[in-house]
Amino acid sequence: MHEILFGIYPYIALTVMIVGSIARYDRDPFTWKSSSSQLLRRRQLIVGSILFHVGVLVIFFGHLVGLLTPIWVFDALGISHGAKQILAVVAGGVAGIMALVGGAILLHRRMIDPRIRATSSFWDMAIMWMLMAQLVLGIGTIFISLQHLDGEEMVRFMAWAQGIWTFDPNAASYIEDAALVFKLHLFLGLTIFLVFPFTRLVHILSGLAAPVRFFLRSGYQIVRSRRTTPLPERPKVAGRSVRGPVAAPAPKAAE
Amino acid sequence: MRVRAQIGMVLNLDKCIGCHTCSVTCKNVWTSRDGVEYAWFNNVETKPGLGYPTDWENQKRWNGGWVRTRSGKLQPRQGAKWRILANIFANPDLPEIDDYYEPFDFDYDHLKSAPEMQAFPTARPRSKITGERMEKIEKGPNWEEILGGEFEKRSQDYNFEGIQKQIYGEYENTFMMYLPRLCEHCLNPVCAASCPSGAIYKREEDGIVLIDQEKCRGWRMCVSGCPYKKVYYNWSTGKSEKCTLCYPRIESGNPTVCSETCVGRIRYLGVMLYDADRIEQAASVESEQQLYDAQLDVFLDPNDPGVIEAARADGIPEDWIKAAQQSPIWKMAMEWKVAFPLHPEYRTLPMVWYVPPLSPIQNAAEAGAIGSDGAMPDVRSLRIPVRYLANMLTAGDEAPIVSALERMLAMRAYMRGLTIDGVRDEGLAARVGLSGRVIEDMYRIMALADYEDRFVIPTTHREQVEDAYDLRGGCGFTDSNGCSTGISKASLFGGAKRPLKMPQEAGR
Repeated sequence: MHEILFGIYPYIALTVMIVGSIARYDRDPFTWKSSSSQLLRRRQLIVGSILFHVGVLVIFFGHLVGLLTPIWVFDALGISHGAKQILAVVAGGVAGIMALVGGAILLHRRMIDPRIRATSSFWDMAIMWMLMAQLVLGIGTIFISLQHLDGEEMVRFMAWAQGIWTFDPNAASYIEDAALVFKLHLFLGLTIFLVFPFTRLVHILSGLAAPVRFFLRSGYQIVRSRRTTPLPERPKVAGRSVRGPVAAPAPKAAE
Repeated sequence: MRVRAQIGMVLNLDKCIGCHTCSVTCKNVWTSRDGVEYAWFNNVETKPGLGYPTDWENQKRWNGGWVRTRSGKLQPRQGAKWRILANIFANPDLPEIDDYYEPFDFDYDHLKSAPEMQAFPTARPRSKITGERMEKIEKGPNWEEILGGEFEKRSQDYNFEGIQKQIYGEYENTFMMYLPRLCEHCLNPVCAASCPSGAIYKREEDGIVLIDQEKCRGWRMCVSGCPYKKVYYNWSTGKSEKCTLCYPRIESGNPTVCSETCVGRIRYLGVMLYDADRIEQAASVESEQQLYDAQLDVFLDPNDPGVIEAARADGIPEDWIKAAQQSPIWKMAMEWKVAFPLHPEYRTLPMVWYVPPLSPIQNAAEAGAIGSDGAMPDVRSLRIPVRYLANMLTAGDEAPIVSALERMLAMRAYMRGLTIDGVRDEGLAARVGLSGRVIEDMYRIMALADYEDRFVIPTTHREQVEDAYDLRGGCGFTDSNGCSTGISKASLFGGAKRPLKMPQEAGR
């Protein structure tokens, strides 16, 4: 059972997440959105959303870097396993509380506010409850972590996570002895990956991509042309630049 | 120089009767769906008033439009790119739906299904968002119709800037006008500039600004970026929507629905050629009052041989150049200078322009005087303060507004002289810097306003860029999501699909 949950299930969850997201982006891009409800009710959203998102982003990148960076990198940098664990507990704890408070505000708003409740889909509710449960479990693991500050258990989780990515057949065995709360946290986390493409969570990918595209865009404006061949460049009037709010017409095939 | 063509619009406010036919036909065609019940791509406001959404003109409150930074560069008023991204979790400048109004419907069914009661059954309102009973409707799409509401509130109107407004609250001095509004299809749109996903774009061939529904992610920065508040967030689909200038109609040479159905015949559509390379410079001139003139400089004279040659080189089709030469927009905006952009101070270089309305002469004696000798009254004695119109149309510069109003008064006096006395009063025309022939042309376009004179719309030349063979069996215009009819009962990717009502054979 342990092997199925932590040796096989991760591959199922990640495959569904990746293939499902690609399929949705390709087949149904119209449904790919953040599903903001700010227009319907501003109250509670500003503070709740900022706390929640900032907290979750810190946690997300903390897990990403903390779990997937090979342990020899930390050893080479001279960061002891214990120190890394304390960093994880403190940063994760603070961000976790932020996200939990923000999430609680958002969940309260979603459950209580008649407008938000009426316009919420099943998955809007379900994913919020899942994330809240995951945050509670995650914060719950801190109490166990604090009982052994040598960082060795954390290293075992790193070995498991990296084992999954490197197709290590023994990956699941590394965390066989972990406390139940850790295992629940991992299982729920994998389940969130599993449902990712079927929920509004897909907006995370756009949220990560948008800044890149926004900053790479020259100037601000976008002009779409049906031309199949771009117009020839023309010498500009002396002393006057054409770069700026209006970008040159991008050669773009007709849609 | 980079010549591009744009379909522009002019609305002759002098003839608007505030019937809302434009709004209603637009709504029936474009926004009679879930999530956009509150959205009116076209709406008609009674001015002075706070408008829809409330106080939209006040950019100190909504942070729409552009600002010129100290270095002379332009950036959206809501912030540069990094600032916009920092607000992505919660947009501090986004209006709430109550700033528009909570959409509602009435329990009409109750009128016929109610049991026998002592009191006559009534149709009570219900929210279109929650479906719950609304005890009191606090706001609607046209809450200030014909100066509805107290002057105290309406006088918060942004256009009262610099006016001693108290006297206009008195019954004898009150004034009003209608302002139909739609997307301005700006040369320098802030909505497009604010979109982190790059979903909003301006079309090169006709200047129409559209939102790619498949690229929009619902970051809603366009809603706050647009100073005219003409981008609407669809709370059902989670995407932003806006006026499309009825592009399927424009492409086939037909006027937009609002223009076609305008009973006052106040709307004009035509081609304007402009120099895309001059947009940045024009939008960033230092003084706000120079923005109107700066925008005039962006437009290119379609009768200038140099411009025609450049337009051909830039791929403007021949019939578009011809249409630009006959464009009613060009005549009113450039030749007669009677049409003006709405709030040029937002620096968006809008392309829906307005002819300011004439209004009754306040002094009754003067009003009698014009009838008798055709003398020109002072436009400053018109009921609507010139400054009010100037705040709306020229960033407060009164001279162009005065000149336009005088020309319109001169047109009336000249034509009255011609039809009643049979006299062509060239002296009167010369007083406003026109000739009798031009005034008669103005009269034909602005007063008679035949269909062919109002709408000079060349068709789109898709055949030059698309292979019709590839398009055969296509699905035409769909509500996004490719050729899907959206009929499937369930969707794998969240949310019930909105059913599409397909026509069915009768008698089944």
